[in-house]
Amino acid sequence: MKIVAVIPAFNEVKNIARVIREIKPHVSEAIVIDDGSGDETAELARRAGAYVLRHRINRGQGAALATGMEFALQNLNADIIIHYDADGQHEAKEIDELVKPIILGRAEAALGSRFLEKKSNVPFLRKLILKAGIIFTRITSGLKVTDTHNGFRALSAKAAEAIEITQDRMAHASEILDEIARHKLRYVEVAVTVRYTRESLEKGQSSLNSVRIVWEYLTGKLFK
Amino acid sequence: MKFRARELSPAWFIFWLLFWIAVGIVVWLPQTTEIVARWLGVGRGVDVAIYVSILLLFYLVFRIFLKMQSIDRDITKMTQELAIREAKEPKEQDNEQQ
Repeated sequence: MKIVAVIPAFNEVKNIARVIREIKPHVSEAIVIDDGSGDETAELARRAGAYVLRHRINRGQGAALATGMEFALQNLNADIIIHYDADGQHEAKEIDELVKPIILGRAEAALGSRFLEKKSNVPFLRKLILKAGIIFTRITSGLKVTDTHNGFRALSAKAAEAIEITQDRMAHASEILDEIARHKLRYVEVAVTVRYTRESLEKGQSSLNSVRIVWEYLTGKLFK
Repeated sequence: MKFRARELSPAWFIFWLLFWIAVGIVVWLPQTTEIVARWLGVGRGVDVAIYVSILLLFYLVFRIFLKMQSIDRDITKMTQELAIREAKEPKEQDNEQQ
């Protein structure tokens, strides 16, 4: 089983090398998609042992995931693709649990969930917005998942080929779920930890951004 | 009217032709708008002109919005293809095995 991690990164000099070293023991290859960073992210990632694909200009996390998935399927013949965040908010050893249902053939997609059981220290406002996102997803895609906007997931090659990401920026999280529903892919949720640090909260999505993501999602869906 | 038929589909060419003819008429004979105003049940001719221009602006903004989305997608596609074509393998010398 060839497990390939796809890691979109934008100006992540601080974390990228550590993140790659952490996940390397759990995957066959790591691909970092440098989404037009202005710093040394690409060089550090390469030296830490990852394939590096470079977006000349910033196109957003959705686009970066799509690039990485295509490369993983076409050039590295991946059997399983992991989506992983570059800021170190995920727990590398949980990759093993995430790929298990796919290796066992129980699902085509394994979605990380921070609300399933483990105790991620989710701040209150963030929790509120994430819950709204879950209700939103239940309405738009009909999937009953407990955590819709978690960047940690595993896809079988079949699922990765079927899923088409057209949302360049953050609305891809909902889009992936829509695609899972549309292609009737079997999915499971796996409990994962999300580490909220002050830094990841500052650099990551501000809670206010959720409004824009909904707007992007809706317009993107309407005018395909 | 500097439309070259080759750049526009015939239907659009006719639309814009009629549109600019209408604009010409209104410019030369402003009182014609009164006729349209009465026909539409709007107070004055000037009001008709304002309503029409607002509608037109909305429509054009919408078109530009669509166009921008499609350009956005094209740029993404090109960026992605370039990235895949220029993919770099990991640097070996820093791996622990060596």
